[in-house]
Amino acid sequence: MSLTSCSQTEERDSATIAVATNFKTTLETLEADFESRSGYKLDLISGSTGKLYAQIINGAPYDVFLAADQARPARLVAEGHAAAESRFTYAIGMLALWSPSYSDVTADTLIEPNITRLALANPDLAPYGLAALQVLERILLVEELRPKFVFGENVGQTFAFVSTGNAQIGFVSAAQVLALPEDAEGSAWFVPPQLHEPIAQDAVLLRRGEENGAARAFLTYLKSAPAREIIRRSGYESD
Amino acid sequence: MPDLSALWLTARLAFVTTLVLLIIGTPLAWWLAQTRSRGKPVIEALIALPLVLPPTVLGFYLLIAMSPNAPFGGFWLAATGDTLSFSFAGLVIGSVIYSFPFMIQPLQSAFEGPVQQAMRTAASLRASRVDAFFSVAVPMSVRGFVTAIVLSFAHTLGEFGVVLMVGGNIPDRTRVASIEIYENVETLNYADAHALSLILLVISFVTLFCVFLFNKRFPAHVRL
Repeated sequence: MSLTSCSQTEERDSATIAVATNFKTTLETLEADFESRSGYKLDLISGSTGKLYAQIINGAPYDVFLAADQARPARLVAEGHAAAESRFTYAIGMLALWSPSYSDVTADTLIEPNITRLALANPDLAPYGLAALQVLERILLVEELRPKFVFGENVGQTFAFVSTGNAQIGFVSAAQVLALPEDAEGSAWFVPPQLHEPIAQDAVLLRRGEENGAARAFLTYLKSAPAREIIRRSGYESD
Repeated sequence: MPDLSALWLTARLAFVTTLVLLIIGTPLAWWLAQTRSRGKPVIEALIALPLVLPPTVLGFYLLIAMSPNAPFGGFWLAATGDTLSFSFAGLVIGSVIYSFPFMIQPLQSAFEGPVQQAMRTAASLRASRVDAFFSVAVPMSVRGFVTAIVLSFAHTLGEFGVVLMVGGNIPDRTRVASIEIYENVETLNYADAHALSLILLVISFVTLFCVFLFNKRFPAHVRL
């Protein structure tokens, strides 16, 4: 077998998935399950949705894009970088207000006098940050708490601000809280989804992946019952 | 139109950082230039560390050290009533560490050799050490001072990783120009990213150009 045909075979058997950082650990679980079921192989590239978008329009070699929002996949479709019919919502993010130093976190914890810093993801960059802001607007605390805001670049950095104690409390993803060890200190308030716009995360098949069997198989798998069960268990809604 | 407050904050941060570095860097560089201590290579290696360490390492350690749960961060909170992370003071501390070698190394090499010799001559003429430092060593080291000050300033302008780790992106407090550019790119606001990037590029080039022009006019050590 020549080198060329060898690399072509390899390309058909594997797909490169660009994934928003918040979904990466969940995708790793899905990857293991998918690979054992299908025999295909996945390569994962994680980053913020905005950065991955910029890479894709500049020709990054990705087959599938799992974004943290709906806007960027829609834009890729509109610009001809992705297949329109492939776009669907693979997960709906859930927000959690988390503090390692309070044992019974609720919305009321936000107005505790000892809270001097409230961490949230930057609303301009991260859907979880935007949702957190909507929650605060809804419970009429946004102006009171604004001086205490500190912004993480994404929900991962926001989590780090809280877990290192630099902020006493923060809005993170339910998935991150569920991934904490059993004996972790503190507690979380899982924010009722009706308090904010849904954090719908869309997947899309990119131009480069259209002829890729592994990429197509993965998107089909992502809609299957076993995959949706893993997604739900990880702290997302999936229907 | 890009947000110019980020640019202004960056300039203030670079100015304060350079001033602090000048104040603590001058005696330290002086000590390094004349010491025969065995500990010198250790100190020199520590000072040079920010040249090779990824800013994320520095930022990560600073984030942990500045936490109110840590001794240093807790002390700061008790003393000032404000946390060090997410504050301008925290950025200054981070920038001072990050730009340390850019102040120390040019000063140290300016203070070595001929300057030490001139100091000995001054001492033989019964000049006090402080008097000799300001009337002999400083004028002889003008080039070293200019290089150190400009490089520290320019390096702080270009700081990104440390601020990203400990800044918290607060307008007028920690949202510096490099962070603003990053955010503009992430939100597909490429026009503002271009404008701010171009401004930083021009400022950085002009600054460095002035140093090289200045250095060409002045020999390494001014003879008195």
